[in-house]
Amino acid sequence: MKDVLTENAVKAETSKISARKAQVYYGTNHAIKDVDVEILDKTVTAFIGPSGCGKSTFLRCLNRMNDTIPSCRVEGSITLDGEDIYDKRVDPVQLRAKVGMVFQKPNPFPKSIYDNVAYGPKIHGLTRSKAELDEIVEKSLRRAALWNEVKDRLQTPGTGLSGGQQQRLCIARAVATSPEVLLMDEPCSALDPIATAQVEELIDELRTNFSVVIVTHSMQQAARVSQRTAFFHLGNLVEYGETGQIFTNPKDPRTESYITGRIG
Amino acid sequence: MTDLSASPAAAPVRASSSLLTLDARVRRRNAAEARFRGYGFAAILLALLALVWLLYSIFSAGLPAFRQTVIQIPVTLDAAQLDKAGNRNPDEMAKASTVTYGKVLSEALKAAVAQNGIVIEGLDDKEIAGMLSQEAPAMLRRDVLANPALLGQTITFQAYATGRVDGYYKGRVTLDSATRDSNVTPEQLHLADALKEKGLLSTSFNSGFLTMPDASDKRPEAAGLGIAILGSAYMMVVVLVLSLPIGVAASIYLEEFAPKNRWTDLIEVNIANLAAVPSIVFGILGLAIFINMAGLPQSAPIVGGLVLTLMTLPRIIIPTRAALKAVPPSIRDAALGVGASKMQSIFHHVLPLAAPGILTGMIIGLAQALGETAPLLLIGMVAFVREFPAAPPSGLFDPAAALPVQVYNWTQRGDPGFVERASGAIIVLLVFLLIMNTLAIILRRRFERRW
Repeated sequence: MKDVLTENAVKAETSKISARKAQVYYGTNHAIKDVDVEILDKTVTAFIGPSGCGKSTFLRCLNRMNDTIPSCRVEGSITLDGEDIYDKRVDPVQLRAKVGMVFQKPNPFPKSIYDNVAYGPKIHGLTRSKAELDEIVEKSLRRAALWNEVKDRLQTPGTGLSGGQQQRLCIARAVATSPEVLLMDEPCSALDPIATAQVEELIDELRTNFSVVIVTHSMQQAARVSQRTAFFHLGNLVEYGETGQIFTNPKDPRTESYITGRIG
Repeated sequence: MTDLSASPAAAPVRASSSLLTLDARVRRRNAAEARFRGYGFAAILLALLALVWLLYSIFSAGLPAFRQTVIQIPVTLDAAQLDKAGNRNPDEMAKASTVTYGKVLSEALKAAVAQNGIVIEGLDDKEIAGMLSQEAPAMLRRDVLANPALLGQTITFQAYATGRVDGYYKGRVTLDSATRDSNVTPEQLHLADALKEKGLLSTSFNSGFLTMPDASDKRPEAAGLGIAILGSAYMMVVVLVLSLPIGVAASIYLEEFAPKNRWTDLIEVNIANLAAVPSIVFGILGLAIFINMAGLPQSAPIVGGLVLTLMTLPRIIIPTRAALKAVPPSIRDAALGVGASKMQSIFHHVLPLAAPGILTGMIIGLAQALGETAPLLLIGMVAFVREFPAAPPSGLFDPAAALPVQVYNWTQRGDPGFVERASGAIIVLLVFLLIMNTLAIILRRRFERRW
């Protein structure tokens, strides 16, 4: 639809998700305070910060996974392509088809590898034939760098894979629905260094198609994979900017303390 | 002060410094553990002994119910006597009552005794006729009415022996006890032995126990479980059809959709309470609502099924909710994360994972319902029923009995033959429970294998 060239030209500046004065409450607990953030298209954005600072909470607000927690309340505005995702007319199901999610612990369905990846396209009616579905499954598994390992055993249970493979399967599952944004909540925390490297490589490739938001506890990981970094502390967004600038020349003393290991 | 700095913490005193000798503390701990293991083992042993004793007493008392003594008598069915109209029309033949058939049978037995040259001193004709069950003429009459072509022929009729003669071959009646028994004489037992010697009397498998209806106090040998098995089966169908969808739907709603507030808490507490309500209370409820208010017939499997459904529902909802709760939340997150709706995540992912647990709860609930007696007593299932209920659905409204109620009923009767029947009925009940549990295990395996 849009001209590819112009899209590429402006890609670094296009805002995909923007939050304005976002507040999140768990009951009476004010978990996220006044967060203003612009998440850019085709960019990897890393959320860093000490445990309990609200980065995962904020991430889950971006595709309304927090809706499943009854006491959770979101105020302020969070928009995707200019549309308020907390508008009453928005069905979270439709939102989550556009904003996919990968969780901290690999959680494949206890079904076959094929069914794991095919589930999203099936329920969203993205395909008209088995052949198309096969194609999507293969493409997604290739994107997740898992195809070569599992192509001969697509009908075996996804839970039988190793931890790193399971996480890549979950990524394949998430990209199979062709989301526009991919949220990753500490996707490598349960993985060994080799699997972590594979997933990081993958995240970098995914950037060409999606906007990726990743929560991580590893500052090295944030430095390696992200172009933009947001530092959260006690529910506040302390600093947000170019990853290089955050890590080399932080403006806020709290950011500097965290990066140098004094808080957190 | 110098002391303190010299030994900052006194070294713990040990009885022995060698690893090869046990100190007193360790020995005491080991002894305590050994004692506890002993208690546990003793508890298991006691439980097993109780089970073995229970099974032994049931089987030793109940297995004879599956065998029945019959006397083979050549009977000439005289058309002039049994079909006075002479047109072989069963409606008109029905005028010949069981009394007539009784005479035919006792004459035939007398002739058979004489023919075989059996002479027992002090045995009169009435005692010979008394060898046969009071049910035997009725069975012969049923056979003839079902097949009028038998008239005029001489057939070998397998006549049930009376309960006392039957008991003689099961050890319940002895020559000694017969002298004190007004229902049987030692001479009759001698005759039975003589008939057995001639091959006219034998004890064989009693299929009638499983197929025939209940019989009156005087004829335990003819009492069967046919109607009780059918009635229990009808009720189980009603319970399954109603409680599975209602129970699972209620559980899913409460567990997955219901808002967590004071109302759902109240419902939750009350479901737990309902599961603990004595079953007889449900019987009173059923009597008041289904029979007195809704006007459903008494003693009908539909009412029994409805009452048992009420009783079973909380017992199904509780394990079903537990099974749903046991499904890891990561699976729900995964489904929601790829954009499944709540219902899709439940039906595609949560329910299949919870299915084995739900099935187990269901079968255990059904098994409890199958063995439930008290509520059925109150809705009249204890009635004496001789007519088989029709096929469902209309048969659900016909009077029927139920297995556990039949057991209760038979234990109330005077004739010792019914003790045997009651134990036999318990065996049948146990076999059904065993079948259901096996089914549950098979189904569970199948569901689990899919993953």
